Amino acid sequence: MGFFLEVVLGGLMAGVLYSLVALGFVLIFKASGVFNFAQGAMVLFAALTLVRLMEFLSQTFSPFLIALVLTIAVMVALAWVIERLVLRPLVNQPGISLFMATLGISYVLDGFGQAVWGSDVYALDVGIPKRPLMLFESLVPGGVLVSSEDLVAALIAGLLVAVLGLFFQKTRIGRALRAVADDHQAAQSVGIPLNYIWVIVWAVAGLVALVAGIVWGSKLGVQFSLGLVALKALPVLILGGFESIVGAVVGGLIIGVGEKLSEVYLGPHVGGGIENWFAYVLALLFLLIRPEGLFGERHIDRV
Amino acid sequence: MMLRIFTARAVLFAAAAAGAIAATNEVLAQANEQFVPMLVYRSGPYAPNGVPFANGYADYLTLVNERDGGINGVKIAFEECETGYATDRGVECYERLKGKGPTGAAAFSPLSTGITYALTEKVYADKIPLITMGYGRSESVDGGVFQWNFPLFGTYWDAADVLIQYIGKLNGGLDKLKGKKIALVYHDSPYGKEPIPLLQERARRHGFELMTIPVTHPGVEQKAAWLQIRQNRPDYVLLWGWGVMNSTAIKEAVAVNYPREQMYGVWWAGAEPDVLPAGADAKGYNALALQHSAGQGAVHADILKYVYGKGKGAGQKDDVGHVLYNRGMINAMLLVESIRTAQGKFGKKPLSGEQVRWGIESLNLDQKRISQVGMSGMLQPFKVSCYDHAGAHHARIHQWDGTKWVFVSDWIEADSSIIRPMVDEAAAKYAKEKNLTRRDCKAS
Amino acid sequence: MFYREAGQFKTSYGADQAVFPILQDQIFIGLWLALGFVLVPLVSTEYLLKAILIPFLILALAALGLNLLVGYCGQLSLGTGGFMAVGAYAAYNLCVRIPWLNPVVAFLLAGGVATLVGIAFGIPSLRIKGYYLAVATLAAQFFLDWVFSRVAWFTNNTPSGSITAPPVTLFELTFDTPVKKYLLCLSILVLFAAVAKNLVRGRIGRAWMATRDMDVAAEIIGIRPMYAKLSAFAVSSFFIGVAGGLWAFVHLGSWEPLAFDVNRSFSILFMVIIGGLGSILGSFLGAAFITVLPLLLNQLPQWLGVSISTAMISHLEAMIFGCLIVFFLIVEPLGLARLWRIGKEKLRLWPFPY
Repeated sequence: MGFFLEVVLGGLMAGVLYSLVALGFVLIFKASGVFNFAQGAMVLFAALTLVRLMEFLSQTFSPFLIALVLTIAVMVALAWVIERLVLRPLVNQPGISLFMATLGISYVLDGFGQAVWGSDVYALDVGIPKRPLMLFESLVPGGVLVSSEDLVAALIAGLLVAVLGLFFQKTRIGRALRAVADDHQAAQSVGIPLNYIWVIVWAVAGLVALVAGIVWGSKLGVQFSLGLVALKALPVLILGGFESIVGAVVGGLIIGVGEKLSEVYLGPHVGGGIENWFAYVLALLFLLIRPEGLFGERHIDRV
Repeated sequence: MMLRIFTARAVLFAAAAAGAIAATNEVLAQANEQFVPMLVYRSGPYAPNGVPFANGYADYLTLVNERDGGINGVKIAFEECETGYATDRGVECYERLKGKGPTGAAAFSPLSTGITYALTEKVYADKIPLITMGYGRSESVDGGVFQWNFPLFGTYWDAADVLIQYIGKLNGGLDKLKGKKIALVYHDSPYGKEPIPLLQERARRHGFELMTIPVTHPGVEQKAAWLQIRQNRPDYVLLWGWGVMNSTAIKEAVAVNYPREQMYGVWWAGAEPDVLPAGADAKGYNALALQHSAGQGAVHADILKYVYGKGKGAGQKDDVGHVLYNRGMINAMLLVESIRTAQGKFGKKPLSGEQVRWGIESLNLDQKRISQVGMSGMLQPFKVSCYDHAGAHHARIHQWDGTKWVFVSDWIEADSSIIRPMVDEAAAKYAKEKNLTRRDCKAS
Repeated sequence: MFYREAGQFKTSYGADQAVFPILQDQIFIGLWLALGFVLVPLVSTEYLLKAILIPFLILALAALGLNLLVGYCGQLSLGTGGFMAVGAYAAYNLCVRIPWLNPVVAFLLAGGVATLVGIAFGIPSLRIKGYYLAVATLAAQFFLDWVFSRVAWFTNNTPSGSITAPPVTLFELTFDTPVKKYLLCLSILVLFAAVAKNLVRGRIGRAWMATRDMDVAAEIIGIRPMYAKLSAFAVSSFFIGVAGGLWAFVHLGSWEPLAFDVNRSFSILFMVIIGGLGSILGSFLGAAFITVLPLLLNQLPQWLGVSISTAMISHLEAMIFGCLIVFFLIVEPLGLARLWRIGKEKLRLWPFPY
């Protein structure tokens, strides 16, 4: 029983990490209709920038804070560049062209990040404790071993979702973003500048990528494979729906738990290594019931 | 608009034409230079491990050029080609580099089991040897069938055997392993799967339970694997990873409180990039040392003086002497010595792949020569032969103490009475599949 | 001036409906075929054949298959690598377990196996659309990767999981030299391209295109969506399966499951989109672009005499590749085939401006 709880908790926390990456996807898809495949590369780029700046600034009084501010500036600048050079020329093109363009952006970010910052493994230490915690010793025999790193990650993700929720509901810009997500033309007609909004959306997605990069980088070390976590966020997206923040979180949790349970309990019977595709199959099964994802918007076809 | 279209088409056409033409041209090395190709990966998920190896390899070749003026006066021209650990890119690099130089490529060291498998098929026709030091096909030890493959210093069966023997020693004898549980966390690729047959054989003989836990490439998802280890609590965990999988494994071990002292990595899972990311928590992690460990010797002093001193170093000075750097350096040394040996027979000129192959097969490094190249203490004397293309089958265990690698065992010899029959069987199967006639080892 | 059709009168329906009705087109195609079959084998170096042309031909076949699915039928699929793996492993198992079976026949049978697998994984397309379908096909990709890695039967119980293909023979002829391999791939490609061209001009092709443009309207006028979508998956998987068999047997020779991973799927999707969705020629142009460009970028510093480290070269390669993709999408989002078509249109009027 204790072990089962451990697997479930481990799955929940892995799911939270996936949700962090999926959040960035959802933000951009909601506001500009672009399936941003470069999100993974943005996570890697943000983490690389942060960790290398921390190294260069290690003599100052607070390398982490200064590097954080600088990285945020870099991600905002990146958002501006992407909007100007890629999104604006491709403004009315079919979705598949935009998807390909983001694939191209991911190549550029990967190459640029590695060219400028190097392709080594960089340890990111932002003070997140790594020792495992033993919880519930009184309730469950043997206790439940929980990774404190994952707990902190879950807290950070929860905080981020709360902040984003507040941002979208309470601030003016958040309202403008929701308007743009709803209907581009209507938003333009009430005077919301579309290009400016897109820069903001990509910048916010960049910040989300930075947070995801910090959490994942602290866990795995900042290196090239960090960009591959984007592939892990895709089942989360299709399960939760491409346009829903709640969907990203709930989908992440379901995928995380499903993955770990399947790997630990089903895996040994079939030789192991099934979690990769099991996540997709799980999402697929949900899709067959709800083709737009659990929380996705129903797509109405006009004939 | 039209101009844009036409320029775009013109650019495409010109690019295609240029590509076709240029691909047929070769950049020739000088007439009296030996061409050595280098298949490296300096980008991608395995770069942290591939870069120091490539640097060590390149630095040693530069050292031979700068300090000795080449091998008996024949300078070495080397060229790197990026494979990114991908098989098809490795094959393309092979095709591009195999014919360069006045006599073609000397030998290839792909540093990837996947690329080795693909190239094994091609080197028969192209007559270029493959030096796969510490990796590659385990059955390629048999030179009668695998004329062109040289898994110098041992293969994965040797590695697994040495680890089991050491664990047996820790427990007071191999028979004391009965009832114990040993888990193998492996990279889900030919590289990771290689040791399984030998481990199963040993498990059968000594009665320990073998758990095999695959980790999908690139290896960052290991939570479930280590949860299984937490559930089953094996006595020892053998780590057969590469690249980021190794550091992730150690971190996940920390997260599930599995003692690192009970973890044993293969020689490709025992270098600085694997332990440094986990910081102080990696202390106590053990790994195999493929003859050498980290550390500096006479040859490093020479490299710092003749290579970095002249600004021709391939990497950073601080990396000189790290585990994988040394491994690349030794790999290059073995090639250089093989060429030197071959030059003794064929003359002091650039040699063809076939001649270099003879040199590798006749390689005989005694203690005197090892001291002369400045690597005493790093290697033991060994001799390659047609029967045994590995030349040596022993290794040591080193442990990370938080800041450096420390040897914790003596030399352990892999048990050829178990391994050699497996090698012979697998080699015979390969020969039958490929319709190869076994070479007569006495003849050459 | 050269491209005018004036004076070319058709006297039968057959001639009017020919694939290449204009004489200039026929001559052009004839020249290309002569170039491909006769000139190229004579003048090419081994490196050009083995490292550039053969991969280009095989990947063009795969891109052709994917274009039928994505470009003509509008079903976005990211499982191409997995279907290629099915073709490769099926061909291997057929050759190894039925020794008297000719390898070329084995390729076609392997294509058949890939067809069945493609239909099975295409069933979700009846319910899911767009990006969701793309991600669902990733399930196929990862599952197939895992199956070939884990189930020992597929690799003939090889412990390492890396298998070697037997040599390809046909009627006493063994395809062992690069020239023979090249001609084999070229023949198969030309044959399949002819089949594809005729398919898309026929009833099935029109059903696909109707489904792509407006699937609800297509259903209303009587095109059965299941038939259209699954037939697209079937034909596409057949092409991709044969391409996978060729890739494994003719190009790689020895492979492991990582050779058909998700990067392969993405690169073939790149080829299709850059070449032009919904265009047979586009598959070839896209394949040429994606196959040759990285090699060009890799060797460019050497020709220019600039000395850059290999690491920097591969990073620059990635960056320039990404930039070029974005550039092409901006300049011509409909792909290289559209550029070609515009060029042909201009050629009809040349030297007059309109």
